[in-house]
Amino acid sequence: MWSLLTINSISFGGLLFLLSAGFSLIFGLMRIPNLMHGSFFMLGAYVGASLAQRGYDFWLAALAGAGVTLIVGGLVERVLLRRLAGQPLAQVLLTLGLSFIVADLCLMIWTGDPIQPGTPAGLRSSVAALGTTVPLYRLAVVVLAVAVAAALWLLIEHSRLGAMIRAGVDDAPIARAMGIRVSSLFTFVFCLGAGLAGFAGVVGSPILSVYPGLDADMLPLALIVVILGGAGSLVGALLGSLLIGFLYNFGQAMLPDLSYVILFLPMLIVLLVRPQGLLGRVAL
Amino acid sequence: MTTRRQILKGGLAAGAVVAMPAVLRAQAEPFRIGLLTVRTGPLAQGGLQMEQGLATFLKEKGSTLAGRAVELIAADTGGNPAGARTKAQELVERNKVGVILGPLAAFELLAVTDYVRARKVPLISLAAAEDVTQRHVNPWVVRPAASSGQCSHVMADYALKEMHLKRVATISEDFAFGYEQVSAFQRVFEDEGGKVVRKLWPPLNAPDFTPFIAQIGQVDGVFTGFAGSNPLKFLRAYADVGLKGKVPVTGGWTAFDDALLKSFGDEAVGAYSSTFYTSDYGSDSNKRFVAAMDKDYGVVPGAYSAGMYIAGQCVEGAIAKLGGKTDDKDAFMAALKGLSLTDTPRGPFTFDTYGNVVGDVFVRRCERQGGKLVNATVKTYEKVSQFWTYDPATFLKEPVYAKDSPPAKNLE
Repeated sequence: MWSLLTINSISFGGLLFLLSAGFSLIFGLMRIPNLMHGSFFMLGAYVGASLAQRGYDFWLAALAGAGVTLIVGGLVERVLLRRLAGQPLAQVLLTLGLSFIVADLCLMIWTGDPIQPGTPAGLRSSVAALGTTVPLYRLAVVVLAVAVAAALWLLIEHSRLGAMIRAGVDDAPIARAMGIRVSSLFTFVFCLGAGLAGFAGVVGSPILSVYPGLDADMLPLALIVVILGGAGSLVGALLGSLLIGFLYNFGQAMLPDLSYVILFLPMLIVLLVRPQGLLGRVAL
Repeated sequence: MTTRRQILKGGLAAGAVVAMPAVLRAQAEPFRIGLLTVRTGPLAQGGLQMEQGLATFLKEKGSTLAGRAVELIAADTGGNPAGARTKAQELVERNKVGVILGPLAAFELLAVTDYVRARKVPLISLAAAEDVTQRHVNPWVVRPAASSGQCSHVMADYALKEMHLKRVATISEDFAFGYEQVSAFQRVFEDEGGKVVRKLWPPLNAPDFTPFIAQIGQVDGVFTGFAGSNPLKFLRAYADVGLKGKVPVTGGWTAFDDALLKSFGDEAVGAYSSTFYTSDYGSDSNKRFVAAMDKDYGVVPGAYSAGMYIAGQCVEGAIAKLGGKTDDKDAFMAALKGLSLTDTPRGPFTFDTYGNVVGDVFVRRCERQGGKLVNATVKTYEKVSQFWTYDPATFLKEPVYAKDSPPAKNLE
């Protein structure tokens, strides 16, 4: 049982990282508390899962799911959020309202029947490890999470584009004066975050299944991970995801009556002791 | 001299005069049926099925039940207690409905039970919430679907006697409907000689059931009361951990509902469930119902839609008994409770003195037939009461089924 829980903790953590990396980027870089993040996750999952069910290749469906949320995210940022720059409360209300709209649209289109796409071909078997059976797909999620983490890290910390984004975040007027198109960069970041959430939704769908309410189930997890790890820090999001993965699995097994306390308590403690999160930068 | 033709004319005219007021009244004032459904939020899938089931019934009858024109007014409760209470009040006070059908969830029924009692509104419930027909009988409620425990009692008997399971773990959502199903299972299973050795309660919206499944341990079988989309998540994780095919799964009436089967894959094959409605039942009305649901909506009906079709039949039965005169609410309620329907999608049934159904409960095994998943009935328990084989008076002296009631004596 313990080895199964350990392995499941890591794979669940991987999924949580895919979910929360985008949230961390948007919140950390643009300071937008995007309460639509769960909706992007669910919308991507619906698009991907229904394509996968129609016989399209799973990974192609995952890219399609990411593409749809990327476009929706871009529209939301360009048309609506842009007007509310620097007004966190208005941003919260707007994204919360949009999340209800997305939920009801999904209900209209997909009628509330839960969908569960099959595990992608080639990853259906399981391997014996540490005296337990581990489904290959859950290991693949971990590999995927690590790959996405590395790619994002390279993009933000070691590319010209990343340097421009960081410049735009640190001092937008000067960055603009230097000829950096800050507004386009922010749209890019928002699209990237939304697309990542949609991708995570499809990747998670064989494990979680897709159903009305998935958005509300996943959003708090993304919030906890990012607050715990520190907004804007990718390593922080990775650490937070792993921590929550372990806390969730072992907490449910050992103290099932406190399942939500166990998730939120560490977040509260971190907020008290280190408000910027474990690896977050000091707030500007 | 009067000809035969004149007599005929006179007779027709006289007949028309007698019939006219009733006909006119019926046309001027249709009997209004209020439906408490859910169109938004996570429970909307069940709400949609309820509406489809009732619409199918009314379409079949041309919106005329026992000669009386009926009008349907559907209200979206939003799937929460406050919404259910508000909408019930609207249906009664603004829309002047003669009867309420629904609601879907136990906590919604609990929110409206006092109101319908105070306003004396007949209500035909789909939701469970045991005590509404047990220790706190609401005389204005009948439940033609099932109490939470009604189908679980049967599953326990079958698991012990036919599947020969001795040690069982239970896993169900951490809320009232889960407690009532699991406690009912445990009571009959242990009274007949089995042991429930582990009870697991994941939160309603747990993202991943693997940590719970990891705790199942060495058992002969598992009973689950999952509802909504949770059975999908559960069976997938169950298969992923490698338990499928090794430890058989049994479930309550929501766990492997026929309407849910199209969402499942092979991981559902071999799962047993007990329910008050199964789409493979052979009655005439069920064949019509299944065909109509396939034609109009392209779906296989499950217990939610069948429950509302049957509720419609109850309304029709009561109107027929009263000869169309539905104004006397006490008489309407008495007519409902005295119903004995024979041709329904769930088979023949009556109500006990508490307003809960006494009818057949089916045990099914999920199989793949011709490429599709189906629940094949393996045994029918006839005339099952909400009290199973226990004496009602003794049964009602014990506390209602809850998380730790009756206490599990064999936990390990």
